Amino acid sequence: MSTVISAGTNEGGQELQSRSELTAKELFREVGSVLRLSESEAAKLAEVQTEAPEDQTMIINMGPQHPSTHGVLRLMLELQGETVLRCKPIIGYLHTGMEKTGESLTYMQGGTNVTRMDYLSPLNNELVFSLAVEKLLGIDGDIPERAVWMRMLLSELNRMSSHLLFLATNGMDIGAVSMMLYGWREREDVLRFFQKVTGLRMNHNFIRPGGVAADLPAGWREDVLNILENLPSRLEEYDILMTGQPIWRDRLQGVGAITAREAMALGATGPILRSTGVAWDLRRDVPYLRYEDVEFDVVVGQYGDAYDRYAIRFNEIRESMKIVYQILDHMPSGDYRIQNKKVTPPPRARIDESMEALIHHFKIFTEGFKVPEGEVYVGIESPRGEIGCYIVSDGSSNPYRMHMRAPSFVNIQALPHMMRGGLVADAVAVISSVDPVLGEVDR
Amino acid sequence: MSDAVEQVEQTVETLHGCPVVYSHEQRVLLVGRDQYVAVVKALTDDGFEMCIDLTGVDYLSLPNRTVGAGVKPERFEVVVNLLSLTKRERIRLRVQVPAEDATLPTLFDVHPGTEAHERETFDMFGITFDGHPDMTRILMPEDWDGHPLRKDYDAGFIPVQFKGSNS
Repeated sequence: MSTVISAGTNEGGQELQSRSELTAKELFREVGSVLRLSESEAAKLAEVQTEAPEDQTMIINMGPQHPSTHGVLRLMLELQGETVLRCKPIIGYLHTGMEKTGESLTYMQGGTNVTRMDYLSPLNNELVFSLAVEKLLGIDGDIPERAVWMRMLLSELNRMSSHLLFLATNGMDIGAVSMMLYGWREREDVLRFFQKVTGLRMNHNFIRPGGVAADLPAGWREDVLNILENLPSRLEEYDILMTGQPIWRDRLQGVGAITAREAMALGATGPILRSTGVAWDLRRDVPYLRYEDVEFDVVVGQYGDAYDRYAIRFNEIRESMKIVYQILDHMPSGDYRIQNKKVTPPPRARIDESMEALIHHFKIFTEGFKVPEGEVYVGIESPRGEIGCYIVSDGSSNPYRMHMRAPSFVNIQALPHMMRGGLVADAVAVISSVDPVLGEVDR
Repeated sequence: MSDAVEQVEQTVETLHGCPVVYSHEQRVLLVGRDQYVAVVKALTDDGFEMCIDLTGVDYLSLPNRTVGAGVKPERFEVVVNLLSLTKRERIRLRVQVPAEDATLPTLFDVHPGTEAHERETFDMFGITFDGHPDMTRILMPEDWDGHPLRKDYDAGFIPVQFKGSNS
């Protein structure tokens, strides 16, 4: 039986419309005059629009299969020659309804779902989800110290691996292909450590409500020290290879510049906001875990261009290494998960000797644990900006609503503004410098 | 009876004329639909210069829940998270949106960064935002039927719809 499902909606196309079909307000949005600019500034921006008659421009699709779009991002560009007049990102190609799925998974299973959103920093996703659930349960103050420091260790190593991958893809997009291989190689060292600790290279589901899934394996300290000792000399080389190279600087400096006011109006967070000179890092400004007990610097840019964003991420790797050294000194002994029978399954050995433990273990993995009614929002600093988790609980063992505030989803809103008036080749540098993860954009 | 109501009203903390409640030590402002944009503007002047998040919730199966401070619950709720960089504070706004008239004025003129969030909320819940410059679907295909995150939209029930498919 073939039933063609009719489209009963009339919301209109998502594409970039030709300029003659747009109202003034829609055009305003695309030229960025809504960003609380003065009237004369806005008029200056609008001039570029009217300069080119519509029959001399063309609208082309960049993506969704373009190698520089980091996945399946489609950009519709209106070009006059090589100049980008307007740009509209079109997303949704990776949308798999993860927020809807999250409503039918228990809090116990939720980690496996959220970890797949930002697949380059899975541990940060798990962390923010766990923090939100713990806050709803009211156990956020009782997490054992070892679990807290382990979470910090993992999320900092994850920040390093994510930024190393940024160096690789940014290098590849700009044309420094050797950097791609180096970046992936260093990231692999970190992932090998993750595999040893969590059993998986990515999508770990290791940080769970109540603590972490397992204790650190024997010899973990040597492994971390190995990573930390190899990296500085290599980073030094990359610094010479890229930062010291005039072509590299010319490709990035002054490209995709954005001001602090614009970044804040667009809701951009993370390295994009910091590149404009706003020293805002949730690790320092709204400390979670034990970030108030470690010393590190918030790396801030000045010009808000692609070069600043590259330099910030580069130096954040060094800051993260500083934090990891301090974590190695601090790492307390003790339990790695909370001994609250409601949340934590009984230890494996107890299951063999106690019927109650077996029943309890079975129930916690089939039914999950109930979470009191309420709603809560928790935000932490992921490598890409503020990742937030908003959970509404109706008192059952599934979230009533689970929303993730994905930093990349908000950050790509800044793309049209950054690309405007630039060249197509610079558009590639701009996408790369925003470092979006499309799994998180589309969820 | 009326005395008791007055006493309750006196003890409720308010901000810009809206009752404030606390959820796990997080400050939540219960805003009416008519004051919504004005309150966000006033909060922006108070230093909450960034709109971090805007999303919806469908409370279809919880019609008699208590919102707090005597606010009448509606089917939909729009939740806005504002952030102050200078004061290092957050505030959350919850706006009740009735099912029969699921519209809200847009925040686009105050915080242009809510553009994608409002489109997503429209896409997922069918809540429209008056004055939004581009009220189209953002994550679902543009000819999709229904709004997936509504509670009466069953996951895995609707066959996959794609343009040009004949199944």
